[in-house]
Amino acid sequence: MSNRRVRTAMVLGLAAAAVAVPFLFGPYRVGQFTLVLVYAVAVLGLNLLVGYSGQISLGHGAFFALGAYTAALLIEKASVPHLLSVPAAGVVCFAAGFLFGVPALRLHGLYLALVTLGLAIALPQLIKRFDGLTEGTQGLTVDQPVAPGWLGLADDQFLYLLSLALAAVMFLLAWNMTRGQLGRAVRAVRDREIAASTLGVNLAATKTRVFAVSAAYAGVAGAMYVFAIGFVAPEAFTLTISFAFLAAIVVGGLATISGALFGALFIEFVPVYASDVDVALTGVIYGGVLIAFMWLLPEGAAGLPRRLRALAARRHRAAEEKTQEGRLTQREGVA
Amino acid sequence: MERFIQVLVDGIATGSIYAAVALALVLIFRSTGIVNFAQGEMAMFSTFVAWGLYEAGLPLGLAVLTTLALSFVAGMVIERVLIRHFEGGDVLTLVIVTLGLFILLNSLAGWIWGFGNRGFPSLFSDDTVVVGGVTLSVESLGIVAVLLGVVGLLFLLFQRTKVGLAMRAAALNPDSSALVGVRVGHMLMLGWGLAAVLGALAGVLVAPRLFLDVNLMGAVLIYAFAAAALGGFDSPIGAVVGGWVIGVSENLAGTYVDFIGADLKILVPLVIIFVVLLFRPAGLFGTREVARA
Repeated sequence: MSNRRVRTAMVLGLAAAAVAVPFLFGPYRVGQFTLVLVYAVAVLGLNLLVGYSGQISLGHGAFFALGAYTAALLIEKASVPHLLSVPAAGVVCFAAGFLFGVPALRLHGLYLALVTLGLAIALPQLIKRFDGLTEGTQGLTVDQPVAPGWLGLADDQFLYLLSLALAAVMFLLAWNMTRGQLGRAVRAVRDREIAASTLGVNLAATKTRVFAVSAAYAGVAGAMYVFAIGFVAPEAFTLTISFAFLAAIVVGGLATISGALFGALFIEFVPVYASDVDVALTGVIYGGVLIAFMWLLPEGAAGLPRRLRALAARRHRAAEEKTQEGRLTQREGVA
Repeated sequence: MERFIQVLVDGIATGSIYAAVALALVLIFRSTGIVNFAQGEMAMFSTFVAWGLYEAGLPLGLAVLTTLALSFVAGMVIERVLIRHFEGGDVLTLVIVTLGLFILLNSLAGWIWGFGNRGFPSLFSDDTVVVGGVTLSVESLGIVAVLLGVVGLLFLLFQRTKVGLAMRAAALNPDSSALVGVRVGHMLMLGWGLAAVLGALAGVLVAPRLFLDVNLMGAVLIYAFAAAALGGFDSPIGAVVGGWVIGVSENLAGTYVDFIGADLKILVPLVIIFVVLLFRPAGLFGTREVARA
């Protein structure tokens, strides 16, 4: 089978498994998998930025929160239908990301890391400060989407499938984007910034656009989060969530689309089991994993097959060389 | 007027703490080109060690001195064991690694000492002195004095000793320094050790003003980043001046601008970083970077 057909078969198999999930597991598990989809969208957005453009954001939790609050306020205070709040959250975060990115991205990637880290630290304070709108630390309760009767699905199943559909759309968009003009320009900027600019890529504009798109992904994920949880409060959007997203892209693999899914599974299920041992263990694992992956497997889990293939090829080559060497010495012996 | 001067002096005192962390950042950035995101958490960890030693019955001064020595060793070990492997790597890798260290230390501290907060004794008495008709706290003046002492010692080290000269050479041109016999690796370790000491000092100074918990240095790190960005990431003088400017403007804004108050003080450094980056990206005292293909 050709490589392409293997990949198609894998994607179809994954899609079938994803659709089957709500019919195989109980409501609690399905809820967890819904969150995996939510995180996958945010992680994908961050990966578009970090993996493809080489810019670093440590504050995507802030855009995630902005999207969540946008959706929550639209649904609760303006009675906007659920599905409309998703693009709205995306657009708001796109605009915020654009405004934020214009000054920050003109400069060294390092500064973006600094400013976004600051943003992530400041955000919970900001939410509390505007408590007239956001209800402060109390948080906002939001009606979750309800399954229409004619579908014959339970609410948790419907919620999962709705998230799956949204995630699928976002993944398709990302896949398209990475192969289009923006994707090529972005990779060029990442790999050889000066060369890209001499070839006519507008550095600042490209970086700002990617940053805005990436923020929009976080915003859409934020809206999906509101659907899944039905509640938003500043405590949900501390630095931890930004770090989790970063851990997810490193674990899943930088600059891979499929890596977002691995990463999202990782950050949903590791805390569930780790907190049984100690509340601090999740952080220890995240920190340790960031360092260990950068040391041992910078391509992340998605790079593992490629890495293994390369290793096997090298083994093979080494073995072949050895036999050849053996033959040479034999011949010398005869002579 | 008296209140204004008090706010000002208090700002310089807080600013001195930011300056110490900013100096640590600058020290590492100059020698290795790494911005150490874990600097604050290393300092927090050191402060917990000092607290532990003090609780175990050591006098505070001795506990702090022991902690500084331990931090020095720990900083060198971190450089040799962890950072050395990644040196010369791209920015993304280094940010992720130091951030991993950030999360790791934060959680480890939580695991060992818990996530609750506790009081930390001050190195200075809580008396006040009257200087020129204005009542000032001994603590604030003491913090400023400690910072000035540290800056003086660093100046002597870098300008008047052979080790300092070697450290500067190793930072400026590692290859040539190695050729003339400078142990570049040792100099990098030394830099990380010194930075860890500066951070630990900042932690012990700031802990009595806040409460000691695992997030002690989170905000301080952002202020220190702002200080270093303002002064220029490769300028020690810039770090000190930047720290003072940040400390004073933060205190002034928190006191006199109602909208900001205590909650939004954290936005002040962010705005400052933004403004600096827009108008003077290399900072006030920094060297402008030239991009080469």
